[in-house]
Amino acid sequence: MAETAARDPLPRHHLLGIEGMTQAEIEPYLDLAASYALLSRSRTAPRDALRGRTLINLFFEDSTRTRTSFELAGKRLGADVINMTVATSSVNKGETLLDTAATLNAMRCDLLVVRHAASGAPALLARKVEASVVNAGDGMHEHPTQALLDALTLRRHLGTLTGLTVAICGDVGHSRVARSNIHLLTAMGSHVRVVGPPTLVPEAIARLGAVEVFHTMEEGLRDVDAVMALRLQRERMGAGLVPSAREFFRFYGLDGRRLALAKPGALVLHPGPMNRGVEIASDVADSVQSVIQEQVEMGVAVRMAVLDRLSRMRVPA
Amino acid sequence: MSPTAPPAALVFENVRLFDPEAQTIAPGRLLLRDGRIAGRDTPGAEGAPEGGVTVDGGGAILSPGFVDMRVAIGEPGFEYRETIASCARAAAAGGVTTIGVLPNSRPAIDDPSLVRLLRSRGEETGLVTILPYGALTKGCDGEEMAELAMLREAGAIAFTDGTRAIADTKRMRQLLAYARGIGAIVVQHPEDPSLARGGCATAGPLATTLGLPQIPAAAEAILIARDIRLAEMTGARLHFSHVSTGEGLDLIRAAKMRGLAITCDTAPPYFALNEEEIRDYRTYAKLSPPLRCEADRLAVCAALADGTIDAIASDHTPWDADDKRLPFAQAAAGGTGLVTLLGVTLERVTAGDITLERALHLLTAGPAHLFGVAAGSLAQGQPGDLCLFDPEAEWTVHARELPGRAQNTPFDRRTLRGRVLGTWKAGLRVFEGAAS
Repeated sequence: MAETAARDPLPRHHLLGIEGMTQAEIEPYLDLAASYALLSRSRTAPRDALRGRTLINLFFEDSTRTRTSFELAGKRLGADVINMTVATSSVNKGETLLDTAATLNAMRCDLLVVRHAASGAPALLARKVEASVVNAGDGMHEHPTQALLDALTLRRHLGTLTGLTVAICGDVGHSRVARSNIHLLTAMGSHVRVVGPPTLVPEAIARLGAVEVFHTMEEGLRDVDAVMALRLQRERMGAGLVPSAREFFRFYGLDGRRLALAKPGALVLHPGPMNRGVEIASDVADSVQSVIQEQVEMGVAVRMAVLDRLSRMRVPA
Repeated sequence: MSPTAPPAALVFENVRLFDPEAQTIAPGRLLLRDGRIAGRDTPGAEGAPEGGVTVDGGGAILSPGFVDMRVAIGEPGFEYRETIASCARAAAAGGVTTIGVLPNSRPAIDDPSLVRLLRSRGEETGLVTILPYGALTKGCDGEEMAELAMLREAGAIAFTDGTRAIADTKRMRQLLAYARGIGAIVVQHPEDPSLARGGCATAGPLATTLGLPQIPAAAEAILIARDIRLAEMTGARLHFSHVSTGEGLDLIRAAKMRGLAITCDTAPPYFALNEEEIRDYRTYAKLSPPLRCEADRLAVCAALADGTIDAIASDHTPWDADDKRLPFAQAAAGGTGLVTLLGVTLERVTAGDITLERALHLLTAGPAHLFGVAAGSLAQGQPGDLCLFDPEAEWTVHARELPGRAQNTPFDRRTLRGRVLGTWKAGLRVFEGAAS
């Protein structure tokens, strides 16, 4: 999905998803992001890397965290960053996604970061805009920069992304984070376990890669290298998928007792924002095994790397 | 019932022992120690243990106490119909020592504390073990999923909304999927709710003649077909209660042949009675599902014999006389069944449909195995829950004279063969039948 669309007469480079990416395609992002992480810490990021480039954050779905992360990434590399938060209501006024694309082309946008509630919306835009498109999360499909930042965090601590076993817990079925992580970890030669009630973990998810399905935390967490807890949206309860937050926490929450079943020192990840006491216990979120804050830091570095690479790989008209 | 502890040793002599595992009936003796089954042997092998109490069975059959997995109690919420204590007396008189209790009370059994309460209230009676069903949805209203895992942890044996089927197909799918994840069993009242709404008699010439709002018999098969498909999709364990039509049973039989984890029970009215019972607008014969045509009754009898039906449950549904003394369409649906469970079941033996061993299996190990309940067995170490009965003795059912508060039996004035002589709960005698 990433890189060049072969049939395109004017090759542009997008990052729409992890699916289909190989280890050789993934690693350069991680390597560059690792160096940006160091440069960011020492406040010496190259501020001219994206000078003169226009980055538009086009968010059809509210997300302060991801938008801020992309904004910071663009600014650290010297891009002109514009945030467009398109309320769903104004979309309903009649402008279609493709009208929006035409508008963006007229604005001479170079890098377009898109968050949309509908799966496939960034891919649709990518076919119509002249900018490089970065999928910042589309529906239940993919969230590639999240998977890259999770991978970078894991690699920094565990030294490798090969041969690991990572448990992804909770609302896997609705999660673009889970899908992108499954594709990435599988491509890198690691194993994924998805853990949750059958209402949240569709059996077909096992066919996405080297994935095993578990319906109890006790089985799913045994001897894993890392545990990723996913946010449980409140609306899952109204939709009849989970009876209550207290039952979910009691049977599927990541608490210390369950974390103890994983390998000693197993990492705890969460894409945020957390529901403490629902999918994760507070003491686990704040424990020494938790790398949740580091994920946020790596998020900026990964997005710098993605913007930088896509902008450099872009073939000018 | 003055003693509260069972005798240290209790020997049943001169009995024919029904062994549900082997499905045999053979002369023998049964020994209980401290309320638990300690062993059995052939007659006259040795004397009773020192200081033991001996019961002479007079050649009657000694069976594990019956396990009745579908009982409604008025308590909590409708105590005027029946209380736990009165239900327990009716159970003991029927030789029933374990009951599965429906959750559609008021409040519904949708909170773990209520499950614990029902269990302990059963223990307090000393007469019967109450195994509560948990509500499948909050308030048994078919909408929001109840806290199934927490209810199960508290001791709910399976999940159902009682007399209501889950109408919404997607919701049913989600409930089955979630139940599968925690290894729980879903129990469904198999009747399409929209077809059944407002109806009170099976569609056909009789209901047309009587001018009663009708429910097509196919309402059962339609829901069973849907739910079998959903069970297959989700891998869930699904049980259908009081199945009453040949078409519904055919679907279940075929599902079992395909290896699906589908089970079912039926209730005595559906193999003993047909729709003719309502001809005089007899509201005591108004049941849910409604009584069917004769062909369906015969199909139920056949399914008892061929193994399609896994258990017989009384479907005991207590009502006050005032709930029944109404025009047919307005009267409450349901009948009592604990006291008549054995006698009506044994009619199938007399009729030659099933053996006595099969009949007793359907009242003991059959239902116990469905829900993994430690009951309905004569195995060593099992609780001394027993029923001693004379399969030949006749008695006549008289509404208003039955043990327990609720008297709304659909079998009024029927003469039954098979009389409970005594019931023991954990080695204590809890019922003594009048000498015939």
